[in-house]
Amino acid sequence: MSESKEMKTAESREMQARTEPDVFLRPAVDIYEDDKGITLLADLPGVSRDRLDVQVDGNTLAIEGEAAIDTPANMEALYADVGATRFRRSFTLSNELEMDRISAELKDGVLTLHLPKRAELQPRKIEISAG
Amino acid sequence: MLGYLSGFDNDIFDQFERMRRQMDRLFGDWSGATGIRAMAAGSFPAINVGASPEQVDVYVFAPGIAPDSLDISLQQNLLSISGERKVELPENVQLYRRERFNGSFHRTITLPEDVDPDRVNASCRDGVLHITVQRREEVRPRRIEVS
Repeated sequence: MSESKEMKTAESREMQARTEPDVFLRPAVDIYEDDKGITLLADLPGVSRDRLDVQVDGNTLAIEGEAAIDTPANMEALYADVGATRFRRSFTLSNELEMDRISAELKDGVLTLHLPKRAELQPRKIEISAG
Repeated sequence: MLGYLSGFDNDIFDQFERMRRQMDRLFGDWSGATGIRAMAAGSFPAINVGASPEQVDVYVFAPGIAPDSLDISLQQNLLSISGERKVELPENVQLYRRERFNGSFHRTITLPEDVDPDRVNASCRDGVLHITVQRREEVRPRRIEVS
């Protein structure tokens, strides 16, 4: 009895692997800009520092992370809003940002990225001299 | 690139995903009755519920919320979670995207009827609140020995 159930599960898992692509969650983000640069905040619940990967390749910024969720072995799903543990989202950056000086913080599942603008490209207020 | 997939048991999330798709199919063009406390898809915070014979596990995906600002209560088998997430942006910025939830929230979910409100545990890590409620012993399946 239990043997046939196991076989069935293995079979359906194999079918699933064939038909379903990897599922990624798209994290919600806030993005804003000031004179110093651009700030990006991303919701990555369950993602710890060692499971987060932020990469800049050329002018593409990629955020990838995996949530670590403790689940008892014999658990069955009753209700689900979230159907995956992997997050992925990428953005195209522009040249005035200094890629080498991007800094990141992660706290309570929220990633904050600071993307500074090159000093020479920060807007300067033009003073009009009286006269 | 990321070596963390090995050894991580994703089966339960495969299950969660199948269930979510089923619910999408079910409620997408659903004209019949839905749960009186059910909320629209995309509500904050997202919640997953799993059950084993011993306990019910509730996962609340609440990033950026201090655990002590959450108000969690369990009345019989009704679990209610409320709190607030204030996303404060500096002044004088140009805003490009604002997708993250901002404001107060309240969600109520119905757990299986045999949960024991006196045996609840809650912990919070990386923005995920994990609530474990034990089930009453008498309703657990028991193996019957044949002599």
